[in-house]
Amino acid sequence: MSQKEWPLWEVFIRSKQGLDHKHVGSLHAADAEMAIQNARDVYTRRLEGVSIWVVESKHVHASNPDDAAAFYEPANDKIYRHPTFYTVPDSIKHM
Amino acid sequence: MQETHTIVVPDVSAEVRQQLLAFVLQLADTSLILAHRLSEWCGHGPILEQDLAMANISLDLLGEARSYYQYAAELEGRGRTEDDLAYLRSAVEYRNPLLVEQPNGDFAHTIVRQFLYDAFHYHLLLQLQAGPDQQLAAIAEKSVKEAAYHVKWSAEWIIRLGDGTDESRRRVEAAITALWRYSGELTTPSATEQALQQAGFVPDYAAIQQQIDEHVTRVFAEATLPVPQGVFMQKGGKTGRHSEHLGYLLAELQYLQRTYPGLTW
Repeated sequence: MSQKEWPLWEVFIRSKQGLDHKHVGSLHAADAEMAIQNARDVYTRRLEGVSIWVVESKHVHASNPDDAAAFYEPANDKIYRHPTFYTVPDSIKHM
Repeated sequence: MQETHTIVVPDVSAEVRQQLLAFVLQLADTSLILAHRLSEWCGHGPILEQDLAMANISLDLLGEARSYYQYAAELEGRGRTEDDLAYLRSAVEYRNPLLVEQPNGDFAHTIVRQFLYDAFHYHLLLQLQAGPDQQLAAIAEKSVKEAAYHVKWSAEWIIRLGDGTDESRRRVEAAITALWRYSGELTTPSATEQALQQAGFVPDYAAIQQQIDEHVTRVFAEATLPVPQGVFMQKGGKTGRHSEHLGYLLAELQYLQRTYPGLTW
């Protein structure tokens, strides 16, 4: 019997209409269709979702932690980039 | 999540009511026995994701079985509960078709058994949903969404096993050879079902068989598997003549209530 592992997939679930898909975890599956079925069984058992995306993990390219200083620290002293000077109306949720 | 709702018993003669009771018990037993078989995989699935998938399907079927047993208890009207009906009836009183009591075997056997049942189950529920019995229609309406997923799940596996590796192909073909002979009983009406078909409570099985044939042929074609032809069909479960496997299954399922009658937790 072949011991080859099934590829890993990253799972994104939209919990409600209007919200973004959020990364919820990962799982193994032989192909995309099965990854969606597995995601349904593993991650939506308690009414968590209305839509599922799966992406094979090998297609996700991550930033290098060693670049953290160069990538993120320059933003620290640029407070004017944050839109914090606006009042958000109460009726606007999920900001 | 105990739902409270009134069970509506149709206004029919005592004879039809008895027939309806037998039919509802058959539906209940079928769901319970297959749920139990799938639960045997819990913790033993080939991979975590499929372990969960089978446990989910098992729980769907168990929930459906409970609804049928509750209705059966009401139809019987002798004070027995859903638990009495599930835990305190012997193998010869069980009315599930032979297919669902067949052992899990390897994963391919479990998948073939599941797919053959799911194809029937899904098309049966579509009909019951539109049937004259309010209670059965309500249970079917809830369960058909689950069954639609079950048949999608098992069909995808048939396709992957059939059109997969040499080994998966060999295993799924062996499973089809072993289990196909039990598929015919699902749509072969028993005397009770024939009577209920005349009264309109049980759908036309010939029409359902045609839908199953189309469904199975489509999936097998995608799986590059030949559809078996001219196989002699076994039957007996729906009239209480079971294979040896059911006794062992019930021994495990009923052990606690038989050993400690009335035990609750």
